[in-house]
Amino acid sequence: MPVVQIEKAALCQCLNRKDFTDEEVDELCFEFGLELDEVTSEREMLAKEQGDAKAAQMGDQLSDAVIYKIEVPANRYDLLCVEGLSRALMVFQSLAQPPLYKAVQPAAGMQQMRVAPSTAQIRPYVVCAMLRNLSFTPASYKSFIDLQDKLHQTICRQRSLVAIGTHDFDTLTGPFLYEALPPSDIVFKPLNQTKEFSAVELMQLYSGESHLKAYLPIIRDSPVYPVIKDANGVVLSMPPIINGDHSRITLNTKNVFIEATATDAHKASVVLDTLVCAFSQYCSEQFTVEAVQVNYPDGRASIYPSLAYRQVDIQVDYLRKGVGRSDSQLTIDEICHRLTRMCLVAKATSDATVSVTVPPTRHDVLHPCDVLEDLAIAIGYNNLEMSLPPTLCTGKQQPLNSLTDKLRLEVAFAGFTECLTFALCSEKDISERLRLPLDSLPAVRIANPKTLEFQVARTSLLPGILKTVHSNRSLPLPLKLFEIQDVVYKSSDSSGSAVNSRQLAAVYYGKSSGFELIHGLMDRIMQVLGVPVDQYKLSATELATYFTGRCANVLYKGSPVGTIGVLHPETLAQFDLTLPASAFVFDVEKFL
Amino acid sequence: MEDLRSNILAYIDKHETCSSTELCKEMNVEHQKIVGALNSILAFGEIISAQPEVTSRLELTDEGRQVADHGSHEAVLFASVPAGDGAPQSELMKSVPNAKIGFSKALANRWIRLDKSAPGGPRVYRQVESVSDRIRHCLQMVAALSLDSLTAEERAELKKRKLVQEGRVTVYRVAKGPAFTLTLAKEETELTAEMLATGVWQTLTFKAYNFKALGQQPDCGHLHPLLKVRAEFRQIFLEMGFQEMPTNRYVESSFWNFDALFQPQQHPARDAHDTFFLTEPAACRLDAEQADGYLARVKAVHSNGGYGSIGYNYDWKESEAQKNILRTHTTAVSARMLYQLAQQPQFQPTKYFSIDRVFRNESLDATHLAEFHQIEGLVADYNLNLCHLMGIIREFFHKLGIRRLRFKPAYNPYTEPSMEIFSYHEGLGKWVEIGNSGVFRPEMLLPMGLPESVSVIAWGLSLERPTMIKYGINNIRDLIGPKVDLKMVSVGPICRLDK
Repeated sequence: MPVVQIEKAALCQCLNRKDFTDEEVDELCFEFGLELDEVTSEREMLAKEQGDAKAAQMGDQLSDAVIYKIEVPANRYDLLCVEGLSRALMVFQSLAQPPLYKAVQPAAGMQQMRVAPSTAQIRPYVVCAMLRNLSFTPASYKSFIDLQDKLHQTICRQRSLVAIGTHDFDTLTGPFLYEALPPSDIVFKPLNQTKEFSAVELMQLYSGESHLKAYLPIIRDSPVYPVIKDANGVVLSMPPIINGDHSRITLNTKNVFIEATATDAHKASVVLDTLVCAFSQYCSEQFTVEAVQVNYPDGRASIYPSLAYRQVDIQVDYLRKGVGRSDSQLTIDEICHRLTRMCLVAKATSDATVSVTVPPTRHDVLHPCDVLEDLAIAIGYNNLEMSLPPTLCTGKQQPLNSLTDKLRLEVAFAGFTECLTFALCSEKDISERLRLPLDSLPAVRIANPKTLEFQVARTSLLPGILKTVHSNRSLPLPLKLFEIQDVVYKSSDSSGSAVNSRQLAAVYYGKSSGFELIHGLMDRIMQVLGVPVDQYKLSATELATYFTGRCANVLYKGSPVGTIGVLHPETLAQFDLTLPASAFVFDVEKFL
Repeated sequence: MEDLRSNILAYIDKHETCSSTELCKEMNVEHQKIVGALNSILAFGEIISAQPEVTSRLELTDEGRQVADHGSHEAVLFASVPAGDGAPQSELMKSVPNAKIGFSKALANRWIRLDKSAPGGPRVYRQVESVSDRIRHCLQMVAALSLDSLTAEERAELKKRKLVQEGRVTVYRVAKGPAFTLTLAKEETELTAEMLATGVWQTLTFKAYNFKALGQQPDCGHLHPLLKVRAEFRQIFLEMGFQEMPTNRYVESSFWNFDALFQPQQHPARDAHDTFFLTEPAACRLDAEQADGYLARVKAVHSNGGYGSIGYNYDWKESEAQKNILRTHTTAVSARMLYQLAQQPQFQPTKYFSIDRVFRNESLDATHLAEFHQIEGLVADYNLNLCHLMGIIREFFHKLGIRRLRFKPAYNPYTEPSMEIFSYHEGLGKWVEIGNSGVFRPEMLLPMGLPESVSVIAWGLSLERPTMIKYGINNIRDLIGPKVDLKMVSVGPICRLDK
C-alpha cells in the first residue's frame, strides 16, 4: 500500500487540533481506514537509512519536526498527497465542506492539443489541463512532484498506462501537437541536461540511470516515439520517459500546463482529475481549473479535465440493511450527513431514496456498495452491532482431507515423524536428483521464478523428505520420516490444465537400509485402510531412483498405486546422504 | 574402596566426629580418595553427615606432584651418580630430567662434589653415602594435608621452588548420621521378575530413585506443528457448521483467480512480481465458462459495468484470463464454489471453509515464503451484512481464545465493504492485524447468477502466523521446508488454540 508523509504540525493545523497526540492520530487514521505506519522525522529517517553519525553530521540541515507516515488504501488516489489526505480528514471531521471542483473555459478560447494519427501506433491518448495563477511554496512544490511520482507508481503502472508531464506554460506557446516520430527525428534538451540529445542517444544515456531505465522498454522497440511540442516546435516531453528542460516548472511557476499521455483513456482522465483536484487549491481561484481541448485525428474533440460529478440514486433500505440499522436508528438526514463527511454529498429525494453525488476525487466509487462502505466508515465500524448470521448448515469435511488426517495419525503412531516441505522446487530436484529424465515428467513449469528453488511444481514428495533427512543427519539414527501432501501433474489432454495428486511418502534412513521396516509400514497402512491381503502386493520392477533388484511396484487390485524399495546409492549421493535408506511413495486418492 | 569405607565408619564410630584431613592422616591416603569414599557412604542415606568447609591450603603443582611421586630433582641426580668412581658431568647432565636444578641443589647440599680437573673433563663424585630426601617428604605431607609438621622455612622453600601453590580445598567435618551403621548393605536398583518369583524382594534394600533425572523418551512419531494447528482450525470450522471446499488445485486460471473476483487485468497483483505464471501449461481453455455466457458477463462487468456498477472502463482480454498461474489465494476456489452454488435451481444458504496452500512470487524474508497456507471462511445467505460478518468473525476468534477485536476499513478489489481484523496482543501491548474480511462485491456475485438479495461474507488469515505465535517461532524457515529441525517437531506441545 502507498505511504504518504505528512508533518504533524501541518496535520494539526488543518484539523484545528494543536494538542493532537500520536495516539489520537492513530485512532483517527484507524477509523478512517488509514494506517499510521510510523512516527518519525527527517533526521530519524536519514539516521535509519545512513546511520546516526551521518544524521548528526548534517546538523541543522535536517529537521526534527515530527512526520507521520500514513498508509492509504490502494484505490484512493485522492489521498496520495498531503493536500488530498488532509482535505479528506477535514471533511471527515466536519471541519470543512467538500469542495466543488470546476473546469472553466476561458473567454479568449481554450488551449488546443492536436493529436496526430501517428500516435495510434504507440500511445494513442492524451489529456490536458491548466492550473492558472498558482503559487507554490517549497512544501507544495515538493508535494506536487511527489504526487506525480506516486501516481506513476500506482494507477499509471510504472508509466506504462499513463505518464504525466507538467510544464511552465509561460515558456510555451499553444497550440500544442502530440505526435509520434522516428527516434532520430526527436532532438531536444531533456530535463537536467545541458545539451540536446536525439531520442536514440537518450535511450542510451538513460539505460544506466536507475530511476529512468525501468521505463525505457515501454517504447524502446517501437519504430516511433511519442513527443509533445508547442507551436514553435519546442519539445515539452517525450512520454513516458522525460520532459524537456525548456518548460520545466520551478517554485516561481505561475501557470502550470499538465499533459498526460496514455494507452488507457479512462485512467488518463482519472489521473488528471486527481492531480488538478489536489492542487487547484493553490490557484488564485480555488478549486477551479482551466480546460484544454484535445482534437483527435478523426475530428472528435474532447475537453479536459472532465471533473465529472456523477449522481447515484440509492435505496435507503439498502443502506440501512447494509449496516444493520432500522429507520429510527438511522434517519435519512443522518445518512446524508454521514455520507457528506466522506465527501459524498447526499440528499434525500424521497422517503426511500437518497441521491449521492460522487465527486471527481472519488473514482474508487463504482457501485452503491462503495457508498455503503463509506456510510459504515462514517458511522464507525466498531459502533455497529454485531450479530451472528442466521444461516444453519451442517459441517462437512472433504473426504480426501478426512482420509489424509486419519492416515497422518496412523503413520505417526507407527513411529514416523511428519515433514512439511515446499510444493515448488528446482527441475533438478525432481529429475537428476531422483535419476529420472526431466522430459519424462509431467511437471508444471513456472515462467517467472525469482530463484532456482521455484522452477517447477513437485511431481514427487521424495526430494523434500530427503532434503529434510540431510538437514537432520546429526540426530540419533534411524530417521523415520513421512509426508502426506499434494504433488502436481500437467494434464495429458489439451485442456491446458493441471491436477493435484495427494501422495503419501515415507523414508527410513539408518545404518542399514531398513527395507523391512518401510515394507512393514506399507503393510500396516494397507491394514488400516482395510485392504484384504489378496488385493495388495508388491511386484518387482526396476526404477532408476531405487537400487537394482530392490524395487517394486505397489499393486492394489492389480494396478500400480505406488513404488517401494531401497534407494539407489546415487540417489542418496545426490542428496549428500552417506547412509542407506528405503522409501515408498503412493497415491492416497486411490483409496478414497 | 570397601575397606576404606569400613575403616572410615569404624573411625567415626570410635571418635563420633572428625575432619576429612584427620581421616587422611589416619588412613594414610590422599584427601581426594577420602572424599570419594565419604560420598559413596553418603549415597546410602543418612549413615553419616558431612559438612563442607572451604579453606585455603597448600596444594601440589604438577612439578610438585612429580617430586612427591619420584623424589626431588637433587635426590634423583644423586641416585644417578655411581658410588666410588663417579661419572663425567656432561654424561650426568643428560641422564636425568631436571638435572641442572638437581645438580646445583645437590652441590649446595654437599651431597656431591665436582672435580673440574679430572682427566676427560669435569667429573662428579658422591660426597656422602646416602641422602634423606626432605623435599619429597615435605611434599608428601602437603598431599596428605598434614601441614602442621611443616616449618615456615620449608613452606617458603617449596613455594619458591614452585612445587606448591596456594589453593582452595574443601574439607569435610564428618559425624554420625541418624542411620549410622558399620556395615553398608548392597542396594538393589531394579525390582526384577526373579525377585517377585522368589519373594526375596521382602528382604532387600532398594537404592533411592533420583526423581530429578529425566525419564527415557518413548520411541514415537510426531505430527508437524503447522498441521496440528491446521487440524484445530478445521475442527473449529466444522463445529461452526462449515463445509470444506475442495482446494486440491494449485494451478488455476487467471480467470478464476482474478477476473471472476472482479480484479481488473491491470491490477498490480497480476504482475509477474507478485504472481507465478506458467510456461507449461501456459494457458487453459475456458470452454465451460464460455458455454453458459458467464465469461461474457464477466467481460462486460469489467469493461462497461452493469448490475448497478460503472465497471473499470477498459478493454478486457480473454487471453489474459486464460493465463495459468499458481493460485495466489484460495478465494479462486471459493469463486468456483459460489458459481456452482448459483447454478442450482434453488439457492441454498451455505457456509464454506478451506485451509490450503497459496503461492506468491514475493521477496522472501523471515516471515514470508513463496508459499503459505490461507485459512478462509465464507457464508452465503440472503441479506447478510457487515454486522453478520463482524459477528461470525467474533465467534470464530473467540474459539481461538482471542476476545479483544476491532475492525479497520480496508481495500480489497473483490470485497466491499472490507475490513481488516485486529486483535489486542497482550504481549506486545498493541493492536495487531490478524486477518482480512469483507462482503463480496455484487460485480463478482451477480454475473455468476446468484440472486440479487444474496450476500456473501468472507474472512481469511494465514495459518503460519498464528502457528509461529503459538510455538514461539521467529523465522518461518524454522517451521516449514526441508531445513526444519525435527527436534522442534518432536518437542512441540499439542495444539489447543484457546489455551
